[in-house]
Amino acid sequence: MKGTVAASGADLTDASLQALRARCGAVRRDIVSMIARAGSGHPGGSLSVTDLLATLYFTRLGHRPDNPRWPDRDRVVVSKGHAAPALYAILAECGYFPRAELMTLRRYGSILQGHPDMTRTPGVEASTGSLGQGISIAVGMALAGRLDGRSYRVYAFLGDGELQEGQVWEAAMAGAHYRLDNLCAIIDFNGLQIDGRIQDVMNPEPIPAKWAAFGWAVREIDGHDHRQIVAAYDWAAREKGRPAAVIARTVKGRGVSFMECRADWHGVAPSADEAARALRDLGEG
Amino acid sequence: MAARRAIRDGYGEALLLLGERDRNVVVLDADLAESTRSGVFAKAFPDRFFNVGIAEQNMVNIAVGLSLCGKTVFASTFAIFASGRCWEQLRNSLAAMRANVKIVASHGGITVGPDGLSHQCVEDIAIVRAIPYFTVIVPCDCLEARRAVLAAAEMRGPVYIRTGRPKTDQITSEETPFLVGRAVRLREGRDVAIVACGLLVGGALEAARALAAEGVEAAVIDMHTIKPIDEEAVVEAARGCGAIVTAEEHSVIGGLGSAVAEVVSRHCPVPVEMVGVRDRFGQSGEPDDLMVRYGLTPGDIRAAARRAAGRKRA
Ligand SMILES: Cc1ncc(C[n+]2csc(CCOP(=O)(O)OP(=O)(O)O)c2C)c(N)n1
Ligand SMILES: [Mg+2]
Repeated sequence: MKGTVAASGADLTDASLQALRARCGAVRRDIVSMIARAGSGHPGGSLSVTDLLATLYFTRLGHRPDNPRWPDRDRVVVSKGHAAPALYAILAECGYFPRAELMTLRRYGSILQGHPDMTRTPGVEASTGSLGQGISIAVGMALAGRLDGRSYRVYAFLGDGELQEGQVWEAAMAGAHYRLDNLCAIIDFNGLQIDGRIQDVMNPEPIPAKWAAFGWAVREIDGHDHRQIVAAYDWAAREKGRPAAVIARTVKGRGVSFMECRADWHGVAPSADEAARALRDLGEG
Repeated sequence: MAARRAIRDGYGEALLLLGERDRNVVVLDADLAESTRSGVFAKAFPDRFFNVGIAEQNMVNIAVGLSLCGKTVFASTFAIFASGRCWEQLRNSLAAMRANVKIVASHGGITVGPDGLSHQCVEDIAIVRAIPYFTVIVPCDCLEARRAVLAAAEMRGPVYIRTGRPKTDQITSEETPFLVGRAVRLREGRDVAIVACGLLVGGALEAARALAAEGVEAAVIDMHTIKPIDEEAVVEAARGCGAIVTAEEHSVIGGLGSAVAEVVSRHCPVPVEMVGVRDRFGQSGEPDDLMVRYGLTPGDIRAAARRAAGRKRA
């Protein structure tokens, strides 16, 4: 049941990789459709984190969508909560709630709030949206797992701009101090935040060296290469005595030609025409 | 009379009981374990105590993470940091998730003394009670603090308990009923009602005794729970006495006085006089002297009671 079987992504056949890519494509199409329908939301960071988040849920996460409160489940905290559309599309794909809900995103009364709300959405482990807080929550979850002698793992997804929040580094210090080898942080290193390039706004680099200096095991990957992603999760699970940080190079807006590498698509919904073009870019699936 | 003890000592005592009773209780602190009294728990149950260092925001969210995995978590630091520095964590994480975390904030008010402005918090009640789902408790003595902490452990969800640094007389006894959200009537009286919390409950009783000597009968109500406030007790005080004085070691903006006035203005408008810090910062000084200079003494309460009674319609 738990996702600790494979050694280093070696179990991934070409066929299963193909299938995984197709599922990520479907998630991207959902993201575009949901945000277009809602009329607001964050496509850029949702599309950049899609492969990282979806690959975890689809291949390695120990979870039971029919029993979201299963005590031994792995925990996922999307610290960059504005990527909610990606999380929702993946949760729906996993069967946490009917796919029809996706089109209610951001509407009054919807179970799918603008940012993740664990009190409303099955499968959401922590409410986020205020950047910098989710990683600390993940530290607490990892501590609890150790106190209870449970073997679940905790994953936190962060933006690279989010690393400018001081609290992230408080949490990084704590994760290493408590030797939380059941904790894995994934940094969506797309180089952009709202107001532009991260190195122009407030440079958080060198990012890998910072995590290493805080005492984390660090691995850099291409955040759109599914084989590397799976291998990174397996590597993190093998790490002993310290938490693991996966620094994933990504493309903001990945998959939609006119959104890629564009800060101005951070938090803007596509018009109906733009959504149609975006869906064409993303293929039929 | 029982020995004078610090309100914060009640926290340490309660934690010891809870630690023995419930393996699920976890305690966090941010390098102030000695001062807040969480250190008592740290010594007895080191495996379930985490000193997160000087990183209060991180502490609040670690507490939330622990609670999401089934722990009952107590987290403590000084009131100014717990409420002020961490307000957004309290709101967006702790309360938003209805996390089962109890913030026990010591060193509330100006009686922190010589440390001065940066460490004296007179705004915490106002800003924490503005957050949905938070219960806010300000105990008046060591025993009430112990019972508040034990009661908080029984509740599910966010609780903020403010404790103080100075020693106080023992005001409540084991016989005094303690229920969260239920005020305690410590003294009967028909001319004016003094509604107080924390350190000023003792001052209110002293003021009432002095008022009695002048022929003014003041009721004294220990409003240990500021939120949810005991509306019934407030309305009863307003109806029964026709005038109210509130007394708190907190700003008159947004604290107990405001909470009482919100109820009074809605249900039974009567004169309300507020004793509290008047839109000012604290400063260094000895606690007793600061109480005088900031107008928080029994004499100030007595003067306010006379004013309130005088404003009653004949
Ligand atoms: C504490 C906080 N400050 C500001 C914001 C507003 N905000 C939302 S997304 C964002 C930029 C995030 O950039 P990054 O972390 O790089 O995310 P990504 O590029 O993956 O979308 C900001 C500033 C917020 N949500 N939380
Ligand atoms: Mg970014």
